[in-house]
Amino acid sequence: MAQSGSTTVPPRQGRYYVPQPMPWPIMGSFSLFCLMLGGVFVMNGVAGGWVGMALGLMVLLYMMFRWFGDVIRESEGGKYGGWEDLSFRWGMSWFIFSEVMFFAGFFGALFWLRVMSVPDLASLQSNTYLWPGFTSHWPSAGPGFEGKFSPMGAWGIPALNTALLLSSGVTVTIAHWAMKEGKRAVLNWFLFFTILLGVIFLGFQAYEYAHAYSDLNLKLSTGAYGSTFFMLTGFHGFHVTCGAIMLLVIWLRCLAGHFKPEHHFAFEGVAWYWHFVDVVWLGLFIFVYWL
Amino acid sequence: MSAVIDNHGHAHGHDGHHDHHGGYGGLMRWITTTNHKDIGTLYLWFSFLMFMVGGVLALAIRLELFEPGIQFFNPDLFNQFTTMHGLIMVFGAIMPAFVGFANWQIPMMIGAPDMAFARLNNWSFWLLPFAAALLVLSFFMPGGAPGVGWTLYAPLTVQMGIGMDLTIFAVHLLGMSSILGSINIITTILNMRAPGMTLMRMPMFCWTWLITAYLLVAAMPVLAGAVTMSLTDRHFGTSFFNAAGGGDPVLYQHIFWFFGHPEVYIIALPAFGVVSQVIPAFSRKPLFGYASMVYATSAIAILSFIVWAHHMYTVGMPVQGQLFFMYATTLIAVPTGVKVFNWVATMWKGSLSFETPMLFAMGFLFLFTLGGFTGLVCALVPIDIQIHDTYYVVAHFHYVMVAGALFAAFAGIYFWLPKWTGRMYDEALGKWHFWLTMIFFNMIFFVQHFLGLAGMPRRIPDYPLMFETWNKISSIGAFGFGLSQLLFLYVVLKAIRRGAKAPERPWEGADSLEWTHLPTPAPYHSFETAPVLK
Repeated sequence: MAQSGSTTVPPRQGRYYVPQPMPWPIMGSFSLFCLMLGGVFVMNGVAGGWVGMALGLMVLLYMMFRWFGDVIRESEGGKYGGWEDLSFRWGMSWFIFSEVMFFAGFFGALFWLRVMSVPDLASLQSNTYLWPGFTSHWPSAGPGFEGKFSPMGAWGIPALNTALLLSSGVTVTIAHWAMKEGKRAVLNWFLFFTILLGVIFLGFQAYEYAHAYSDLNLKLSTGAYGSTFFMLTGFHGFHVTCGAIMLLVIWLRCLAGHFKPEHHFAFEGVAWYWHFVDVVWLGLFIFVYWL
Repeated sequence: MSAVIDNHGHAHGHDGHHDHHGGYGGLMRWITTTNHKDIGTLYLWFSFLMFMVGGVLALAIRLELFEPGIQFFNPDLFNQFTTMHGLIMVFGAIMPAFVGFANWQIPMMIGAPDMAFARLNNWSFWLLPFAAALLVLSFFMPGGAPGVGWTLYAPLTVQMGIGMDLTIFAVHLLGMSSILGSINIITTILNMRAPGMTLMRMPMFCWTWLITAYLLVAAMPVLAGAVTMSLTDRHFGTSFFNAAGGGDPVLYQHIFWFFGHPEVYIIALPAFGVVSQVIPAFSRKPLFGYASMVYATSAIAILSFIVWAHHMYTVGMPVQGQLFFMYATTLIAVPTGVKVFNWVATMWKGSLSFETPMLFAMGFLFLFTLGGFTGLVCALVPIDIQIHDTYYVVAHFHYVMVAGALFAAFAGIYFWLPKWTGRMYDEALGKWHFWLTMIFFNMIFFVQHFLGLAGMPRRIPDYPLMFETWNKISSIGAFGFGLSQLLFLYVVLKAIRRGAKAPERPWEGADSLEWTHLPTPAPYHSFETAPVLK
């Protein structure tokens, strides 16, 4: 049965923290259900959809607040040792892998449209029977698109954004180094810089979207190019937003004196996530903006 | 406080309280539980409920197909039934059933106290009923449930009503549940094994689930992406699948089957795992070729990502593409053949006995191999172009899904029920259940091979007179099959309520940790202290 509290047992022979029952998961499911049902109603013009979405969002935020609060309390209360820590590392790695595959699906769509679909619509058969006069080119909004649009250039804001995100990768690494050295002031400042860089990135993204809609006639409905451009950069922007919120929580925790030089996986997990959105951005910059 | 499964906290003085169920009682116990056994039970009952719902839909389909002509359901409703039957059976019945097995078995088999993320485990389950609610709700929306087939192909999805949106979000929830559950299973297997339980000593069931979980984490997000594109094409003006905007409906098929083919192995591999536990136990011999089994499973996992377009030979693919996917697909027969060979070799010169789990495992072996062979037939481009979208394909994948996955699930239930409940099932009734299931299954699906070869298309509520005889046989078989599953429910309930007390080791050939290191029935918390392995 339960072992004595010796600290010399190797991690696997120690005791693993199995938490108590809690109502947060079902609350999370319920909130997603409300959000989704509400969303469906909104999209189809059924009355009451916004109410469902608002309710779902509130319950979701409450649930996250409480669930994360419990976990933070447990962590600061010393419930998580090396064994649990390793679980978190595996869990976060595989979660990021699943995110990579999500983006892979959208990159796959981009490549298919560029390499297969648009050229095929300009093939001899297509020109003869379906879309006379359509020629293959990229960026393209497809043969049925009326009017003109301008693609988003790579070397203005997007290049600047690349520099911003890459720098934020550096600042978060400096913050991590400071955490390990116990230099809390450096940690707090560089974490703050990281968040700031992320927020500036998002500001530029928002500006770029506004510019695309008002000046370039580049919209979500601008055929293959508009679809892939906005969906890829949009999902990336959403992930940056989540990452920035995660960093913010970690920053507040740092200010509150949480974490130890040898015990701070929450920080590391968020840093991993931040590097992940960084790498996705590099893919976007090369394949969506540049090439 | 007792049950605080909080193993750091209760080191002193709480040892007497281990069988409490946590801080809540009644229904709240099940809603809030973080116990892998409770959650496994929830998964299994949920899956059985969905099996009944999907089964009723299947019976509706077979009822309509009993005779030529349109008798009961208009074609649109018929399409909704085929779609929902597929979605519910795949995502609601088969997948949760095996996650239920994983929950019950993996911690016990590797000597762990529980799953690595016990609360996440609860969430993985409790996403499912809400997803099922969205699916079922879609029937009651204007326009009804989507009638596009379970594959949700564009451009049909773009033309469907509000039910389609509900289905898309249901798929998102189901995917979330699978991803969270899989991350949990991978982490549990990699990090929670007892000292001495090396990867290559793990029971085969754990190996197949490790690889299944990897497939799920890799494939499910891609499906989420595909249905998200359908959603934005429907409501936000994107052109992923719209040729006028430079998009391509074939793109949907590629993305879907990039998920869809690994999905086949997501369903099949845990079934292989169960059978790899059952056959050695009733052969009283260790599994033949354990290492080759591990490598074969890994090979299947890798190959499963490069064969997807064999579902799309007739879509207008260049012949080079057809050749690549044909060769890659036939290559899968090699590791699968290794597995079938190993199961047969395990039985070779074994001291065999034929209790219900073994009967189902052998039924699996026989019929799944048949399904594998028809799979090879379908993999060959020249033949597939003839039988694409016919009942031959329906027969093929039901041999894999029902006789493969479902039979293995039955084998697993009968095998582990004594360990889980401490009570034996009625062996005679179990055998009845097996033989009825076996006979009616073949009555439904064997004849569908003939229908397909003769050219009867799938997903059509009407057919020419010449197909009548086989369809009648198939429909009668379907109703027999459905009724036989009520017998299964009765056998399980009878075992739980008044089954004879199970001996400590009901199957003397079974040698994984749950049999050798835990009492029967298994206690609420499995290994609070890691077992000592030789």
